[in-house]
Amino acid sequence: MGRMARRLAPQILTLAALVALVSVFFPNFINISFDGSRFVGPIIDVLKRSAPIALLAVGMTLVIATRGIDLSVGTVMAIAGAVAAWAITSGLGLPLTLALALAAGLAAGLWNGALVAIIGIQPIVATLILMTSGRGIAQLITEGRILTFSDPGFAFIGSGAVFGIPFPTVLWMATAVAFAVLMRRTALGLLIEATGVNRAASALAGVNATVILIAVYMASGLCAALAGIVTTADIRGADANNAGLWLELDAILAVVIGGNSLLGGRFSIAGSILGALIIQTINTGIVLSGFPSEYNLVIKAGLVIIILVLQSPNLSADWIYLRSVLLPRRAD
Amino acid sequence: MLLSIRSLSKSFPGTKALQGVDFDLAAGEVHGLLGENGAGKSTLIKCLTGAYRRDGGEMFLQGHSINPTSTAEAQTLGIGTVYQEVNLLPNMTVAQNLTFGSEPRRFGLVDARMQSRKAREILAPYGIGIDVDRDLGAYPVAIRQIVAIARAVELSGKVLILDEPTASLDAAEVRLLFSIVGRLRDEGLGIIFVSHFLNQVFELCDRVTVLRNGRKIVTAETAQLDRLRLISHMLGRELEEAERHDRGASGQNAERREPMIRFEGLGRAGMIEPFDLSVERGEVIGLAGLLGSGRTETAQLMFGVRSAGSGTTEDAQGRVAHGSPREAIAAGFGFAPEERKADGIAAELSVRENIILALQARRGWMSRIPRAEQERLAAHYIEKLDIRTSDAEKAIGDLSGGNQQKVVLARWLAMNPRFLILDEPTRGIDVGAHAEILRLIHEITAEGMSILVISSELDELVAVCDRVIVLRDRRHVAELVGEDVSTDAIVRAIAKPDAAKVVEPA
Repeated sequence: MGRMARRLAPQILTLAALVALVSVFFPNFINISFDGSRFVGPIIDVLKRSAPIALLAVGMTLVIATRGIDLSVGTVMAIAGAVAAWAITSGLGLPLTLALALAAGLAAGLWNGALVAIIGIQPIVATLILMTSGRGIAQLITEGRILTFSDPGFAFIGSGAVFGIPFPTVLWMATAVAFAVLMRRTALGLLIEATGVNRAASALAGVNATVILIAVYMASGLCAALAGIVTTADIRGADANNAGLWLELDAILAVVIGGNSLLGGRFSIAGSILGALIIQTINTGIVLSGFPSEYNLVIKAGLVIIILVLQSPNLSADWIYLRSVLLPRRAD
Repeated sequence: MLLSIRSLSKSFPGTKALQGVDFDLAAGEVHGLLGENGAGKSTLIKCLTGAYRRDGGEMFLQGHSINPTSTAEAQTLGIGTVYQEVNLLPNMTVAQNLTFGSEPRRFGLVDARMQSRKAREILAPYGIGIDVDRDLGAYPVAIRQIVAIARAVELSGKVLILDEPTASLDAAEVRLLFSIVGRLRDEGLGIIFVSHFLNQVFELCDRVTVLRNGRKIVTAETAQLDRLRLISHMLGRELEEAERHDRGASGQNAERREPMIRFEGLGRAGMIEPFDLSVERGEVIGLAGLLGSGRTETAQLMFGVRSAGSGTTEDAQGRVAHGSPREAIAAGFGFAPEERKADGIAAELSVRENIILALQARRGWMSRIPRAEQERLAAHYIEKLDIRTSDAEKAIGDLSGGNQQKVVLARWLAMNPRFLILDEPTRGIDVGAHAEILRLIHEITAEGMSILVISSELDELVAVCDRVIVLRDRRHVAELVGEDVSTDAIVRAIAKPDAAKVVEPA
């Protein structure tokens, strides 16, 4: 556990610094209260709203660990949301609705994985295909409308609470823990990392790299479907045009802020989750701090650049050098 | 002295790469820098060229203290470097490469005619008549090497560092390179020559300096050193007999061993003509031949890297499927490929993870090898194969070539295969590790494993093999057995098939 804490220290410090920063502008940021049925407060809001990015980041972490990237996850959210909304309005019942939505995500992942692993298309191009064309599929399913529904069971996924904690929060936490345990308790983590570091060498050592690659894209599709279900349930409607729009970029950013290399190899799901929380803290924090909304993207961009610069490996050598210069002086 | 280095030190986390190293280079000498992998040669050169910042010590060029912080600065000071992999731009013309960064300009634009003329002037003394307006990539490595030297001399002109320049050259190209190096020496350059090839060091160098474990062991006139002394300086011990192993231990067992696997008519159009090969238990088979003769292709078909177009494979139990690496592994095969970095190791992962990778892949992702068992396996093989690493969690990419090769060997030994294919197992590794790997081959065959060794070093094949198959033009042309295995016989078989016994169809 000590090693993990050290590995994640920059992300944890960044998150703490952001919370402190937002608290300067909005002192009530860290207040949490219990309104009789659930916890409420800005932090709880962050934990709830980070669900889509956090879920996407879990799957994206695995894809990036194989030296790939999945640009289609935002679109897959829309597809899964559309499928879910269509299924629930068609009266198929909640279990079947969820199963169909998740199956849509897995199918999208299978498609991406096959393009990458079997046909050998570069991941960025392979997933770009579904990213652009998939919204059309979602629109076909919703027939171009925003498909609304009022099923209370389905809506619970977006706005319900378990033991006072918002259900989306429970869902992303459970998903992250499940994936992290799956990766480290089985050999999947090692096989994914080996495939990412050197696919040729791994294949020669008997690793079924093709299946591993398809599996990570399917995992990413599954996570995207979960995110799509949460988003759809939250607004009680499927919006094929806007659901998950640009979220793939936030998910990639979360993975990178989490300290995972885009060149594949070693990965940390916990790091990506912290990255997702950092992004959502920025999103929520800007709004709460009362800046005019047109400043949001600029402030976010500035903060992200600062975070990435501080984390850059080129700089860390300079920090060590700087410290060695400054410390003796302090001793005088 | 042209260049003096005094008690140079450099440490990396966990290792002292250089400790108080002194080094002198006179104008007009070729100075060989020798040492096993990990001895500190490249660290010394990188400190000299500004790629690393030294921790301690001083460097003087013509009496002035220097402190380069980048290769560009080192070049301006007068220190130029040419690496084994030429670091020029193959998609630009020779002229552009030679004048890169100092292009002749006219009205602010590059003057192409002037550029070509300048390039021809630079190359004139080297006596290679090439078209400077063609892309550098169109020329063979030797020419590119010379262009790189010409550029380095033009830019720097005092000290020239040649880092393994001959590794990918043939004999005639080496001659050409040596004549050029000789001329530059006569013109008063100081040249540092790093090489694994002792013959070349003896031929070319006026003096040699031997490094071992980050310390300078000796500097001596080449004429006063004999080869055995030099090698024992490098290894820090008297050379073991391992290199001159007689094949007695494994080869002269009178009774033929039981056949284990029979490949019949295995081949694939464009890769290798169909061949037959019967592998016996506990024997070492060598594959000899020139580059491109079909040695690696033979191994690839056997291990299912490429699927065979024809042929059947059988063992005592019947047909053996080996159409993919996974099938081949299931059939009890192992394969340590030639390109260690590209196909062998997962550089970022630890020694432990690299050792257990194949074993874990065979067990499947569901049944993870428990951490304690992984550590036990890693510790076992680190000790058994004498893998030099600070610990099992170190990234394998940080190890020297010989130790990386041992880890790849350990990966397969952990699988306990019945048939292990080693493609150039000693390429690019130092003398000490070289001998150890040959010794290991002997040891593991004694336990009943059969090994197929592909090697360009005939001495090595003669030292370890019971049988040598000779290949030429993608065809198995001859087989030498037992007493007949000698470098002489192999060379004759490569050159002229009739001189050796032609493989009889099984």
